[in-house]
Amino acid sequence: MRYLPLVLANLGRHKRRTFLTTASVALALFLFASLRTVVTTIAAGAQFGSARRLVATNATGIVFPLPLAYAGRLRALPGVQAVSWANWFGGRYGDGKRFFATFAVDPASYLDMYPEIVLPADQRDAFLRERSAAIVGRRLLDVFGWHLGQDVTLQGTIFSGDWTFTIRGVYTPSDPVINDDMLIFRHDYLDERMNRAGFAGWYILRIDDPNNAAGIAKLVDDQFRNSSAPTKTGTEQAFNASFATMWGNVSLLMNTIGMAVVFAILLVTANAMMMSARERTGEVAVLKTIGFSDWRLFGLVMLEAGLITLTGAVLGLGGAKLLYRATNFNAAGFLPGFDVDGTTLAVGGAIALLLMLASGLVPAVRAARLPVVQALRHVE
Amino acid sequence: MKIPLVYNVRSVLQRPVSTALTALGIALVVAVFIGMLALASGFRTALVRTGSDRNVLVLRRGADSELSSGLSRETASILAASPHVATGADGHPLVSPEVYVLIPLPKIFDTTQVANVVARGVSDQAWTVRSNVRVVAGRKPESGRSEICVGQRIVARFPRTGIGETLRFAGRDWSVVCHFAAGGSAFESEIWGENEQFMPVFRGQVFQSITMRLSDPGAFAEVKRALETDKRMTVDVHRESDFYVQQSQLLGRLLRVLAFLITGIMAIGAVFGAVNTMYAAVASRAPEIGVLLTLGFHPRSVLASFLLESAIIAAAGGAAGCLFALPINGIVTSTTNWASFSEIAFSFRVTPGLLLAGLVFAVVMGVLGGFFPARRAARVPVVQAIR
Repeated sequence: MRYLPLVLANLGRHKRRTFLTTASVALALFLFASLRTVVTTIAAGAQFGSARRLVATNATGIVFPLPLAYAGRLRALPGVQAVSWANWFGGRYGDGKRFFATFAVDPASYLDMYPEIVLPADQRDAFLRERSAAIVGRRLLDVFGWHLGQDVTLQGTIFSGDWTFTIRGVYTPSDPVINDDMLIFRHDYLDERMNRAGFAGWYILRIDDPNNAAGIAKLVDDQFRNSSAPTKTGTEQAFNASFATMWGNVSLLMNTIGMAVVFAILLVTANAMMMSARERTGEVAVLKTIGFSDWRLFGLVMLEAGLITLTGAVLGLGGAKLLYRATNFNAAGFLPGFDVDGTTLAVGGAIALLLMLASGLVPAVRAARLPVVQALRHVE
Repeated sequence: MKIPLVYNVRSVLQRPVSTALTALGIALVVAVFIGMLALASGFRTALVRTGSDRNVLVLRRGADSELSSGLSRETASILAASPHVATGADGHPLVSPEVYVLIPLPKIFDTTQVANVVARGVSDQAWTVRSNVRVVAGRKPESGRSEICVGQRIVARFPRTGIGETLRFAGRDWSVVCHFAAGGSAFESEIWGENEQFMPVFRGQVFQSITMRLSDPGAFAEVKRALETDKRMTVDVHRESDFYVQQSQLLGRLLRVLAFLITGIMAIGAVFGAVNTMYAAVASRAPEIGVLLTLGFHPRSVLASFLLESAIIAAAGGAAGCLFALPINGIVTSTTNWASFSEIAFSFRVTPGLLLAGLVFAVVMGVLGGFFPARRAARVPVVQAIR
């Protein structure tokens, strides 16, 4: 550490170069952290799901409904503690440019099923009391500047017409993977308006023992195998994972770009380090003459490279972490819980070290191996 | 007087490593730039090619996709009787009332993953109405039988889709009797069967969309007004080509924004690299520049010369980036189109326009990165530099 002032002085000699190189490293790691977080957020969404919840959908496809009469039969199955159901409601608000998810749910059982959807007790009661009531996520409320008690009108795309809901509650999810960008309203309101009782998009089941999940799922499917609407039942996690796989090769794409970014910046840093080293050949020779060992010179160059890449890493990774946290970014509802996680920071740090090694190695070895006499000959 | 180009070329060759590193950095940025736009362009092209401007697509009013629409048989017959509809060679109106559903199919490489594939029940006329659809192997499904025709992009990606095999969905076995191509459009990611066969097993007595050929494509506005004001039905009338373009917008825009955001940030890093390189070049060549100025070259020429040098390095990098990006042309990838919720396969499209854009992008990076160093070069104090 005795030599830190020397290294700092060297870095300070070409302030512009040092700044530009550090900034490139910072930008690269910022980009890396952002891209990797897209991947980890999708993966976290696929991992999410209580082991005690199963989801039953129509075996013909997710877009087909199931009869509401199944609810009673599902509840009667051994091992099933509670049953709830929900329906996707394609809704458009205003010009439709800002998309958000809208669900019709069986209110009491759905809120019991998902303790992760945190709602104040009085708002919960209000939601259960009033048929046209709806609850919305905190973010959605802020995006549109809505307030409690306000009537909002959506145009239905699947269930046509104008639908007016009264906002009676604002929920905050206790788990960041749950979207705080949704509007949830009552299934009985949908039934009443459509004049048809009886169709659920999917059922959610709470089971007594996670170890029985496979057995109970089979029991459910066997129950309806020969009906007009056979079911496909699996864990909630599998249900969520099926949505995550719909992104296709996004992870591969993000990782490839991330690698290209890191490699491009490696070139920039390596180039800068080599330029600095080349200009200092004479000095290195002088240092050697006054007794600096080869290893010490090697270390000095490495330290210089390390200071640049690690400062860049702290700025880039820290910047990404703080920026996404401060702006509460979630890609307009597509990536709920978008947050740079610890692994990403660690991998980013490792990349910074790698950048240091890769960019510092050639100049450092050169400095260590420099033949003094020859180099000094050029010193003016 | 201009400084000869050969001076720059020789100077660049004097420090090959540094130049190559800078150029390579720019090459990577250009490659990512072209690659991401090729993805966006491939996706958009697949959907643009799907629709024809001679056809109109009719949906229930307010429906934003075929999936959320529903039309009765009565509506179908009203539309078939419309005077604006073209007639086929056999005298039938060119109308295809269609059943449109999504079915989950396991993917071939990992059967635990399922994709939502479009199953489209069409009328016999559909093969004429959709002029880009062509059977490439086998024969068309016969009316009244459980037969299906599979889009050629489906074939390689999902099991049991070869001709002669049977695919099971909606509780029934369907024999695959043909494969069809559709000019690289989204139809190639669909499975087609007869609408009367699909109707009872899926959603009952309802069509999702009705597509018909106009006898006069120029009369679209008139047709739209006539059909949408018809009191017997509540429909929205879209030009088929516009409809599919609109279906590509959500994801297409997302991809383009991502491309510009990511390459924008990368480009800043690469420009910083170019700035470093050019400053170092100017510093190490100060005596040369002094000589040039003494010889009577105008400082403006020196500025131009260094800018040109930076642009040349960047253009070389840009060309390399184009070469890196070329092999991805034609690679097939797939994703869910969130606007229709269905999986669609498409190929990366590296177009000449994109390559040119990549080159221009590279040169812009070079000029940006070279400007301040070049200005420094033009202002080199002659006496000091030559000493």
